[in-house]
Amino acid sequence: MRSFALHRPSTLYETSALLGGVADSMPLAGGMTLLPTIKQRLAAPAALIDLSKIPQMSGISFKDDVLTIGAMTRHVDVAESELVRSKIPLLASLAAGIGDPAVRNRGTIGGSVANNDPSADYPAAVLALDAIVVTDRREIAADAFFRGLFETALEPGEIIIALRFPVPSAGGYAKFKSPASRYAVVGVCAVKKAGKVRVAVTGAGPGVFRVGAMEAALEGSFTPAAIAAIRVSPENLSSDIHADAEYRAHLVTVMAKKAIAAALQTL
Amino acid sequence: MKISFALNGRPRTVDVEPATLVSELLRENLNLTGTHVGCDTSQCGACVVLFNGEAVKSCTLLAPMLDGGTLTTIEGLSGPSGSNALHPMQQAFHENHGLQCGFCTPGMVMTAVASTAKNPAPTEAEVRHGLEGNICRCTGYQNIVASVLAGAAAMNAPAIGE
Repeated sequence: MRSFALHRPSTLYETSALLGGVADSMPLAGGMTLLPTIKQRLAAPAALIDLSKIPQMSGISFKDDVLTIGAMTRHVDVAESELVRSKIPLLASLAAGIGDPAVRNRGTIGGSVANNDPSADYPAAVLALDAIVVTDRREIAADAFFRGLFETALEPGEIIIALRFPVPSAGGYAKFKSPASRYAVVGVCAVKKAGKVRVAVTGAGPGVFRVGAMEAALEGSFTPAAIAAIRVSPENLSSDIHADAEYRAHLVTVMAKKAIAAALQTL
Repeated sequence: MKISFALNGRPRTVDVEPATLVSELLRENLNLTGTHVGCDTSQCGACVVLFNGEAVKSCTLLAPMLDGGTLTTIEGLSGPSGSNALHPMQQAFHENHGLQCGFCTPGMVMTAVASTAKNPAPTEAEVRHGLEGNICRCTGYQNIVASVLAGAAAMNAPAIGE
């Protein structure tokens, strides 16, 4: 692989200083996307700043009806956490469906959210659960965080420390996965909290998005039937070898109904 | 940079370039060629090894991350030093014809050993879910799944004489 320097800081202060001070540096979380990207020469950082030795970036805690997950917490740890399973089961089942066991043993929630792959699972949950993205500089609401294809509100050198998820009254995630990669061809997360409903879609377009028409219908009746006739427009959706835009638009409704059915199981 | 870790039960200290992958370190520096590199894009699973007891793709792990940890490769599975006895999971692959060309086998076996450690009595569906990151182009998976089920049972059977 093309050579680079590697720094392994153990404090946030040191990490910020390195990311700000070392030219062409990139933060390294689990490396499940970044390392293959470097191998394909789509990225050529001069230095990687490893985030794995910073204690406050890992772990899962619960306080005041908010589940906080450290950015370096791995998918396997979210999937197997009794705390996550009892407070927000959709997050545990979502994490258990990412990639494969070896990927889940390295990949992290912060890495996935910061990368904002248009087919990643976590962005749908972060957006539907109305989570707060906590960085080393500020707190960002999910609605302001995701900005389309691999784009987020993160500034150069800014890193995610943790994600704060308010516990919903009901929530579910359903995806139609690529059988090869397990990425979401279309994934829908639907969440109900205090009478409000949020529906977020990943995989279908260039970035995660909400479906206002479904949210309004579900606030009237939180059932799969309430959205059965609602179709999103294929106009801005993705077409590739896995599915064309028309099919993805169809899948949004199908997966949304499944997500609601899953959410009703958690009520 | 200098790193120290336990490799197949023995302490090792090696000097590596930061951009060295664990698969490269094993095959090119340490002559442990049992770990295979199939795709080198973290999709096929042929390169799976156990890092701190968990399955990871060695083609997508930087060698410096090994520092302070334990690494087990396919060479470290077979019997106590000096013996050639196969690990129960390897024996199960042998008995159930769980391989044809054998290229994916090291990764299959390492993944199966890790998943059995977590879930000692898996169902067939759980075995198939656990093997999602390991690609075999010969067998159609049927005999691999049978091997893993048999291997899991053997790993949990009391040893002869106990």
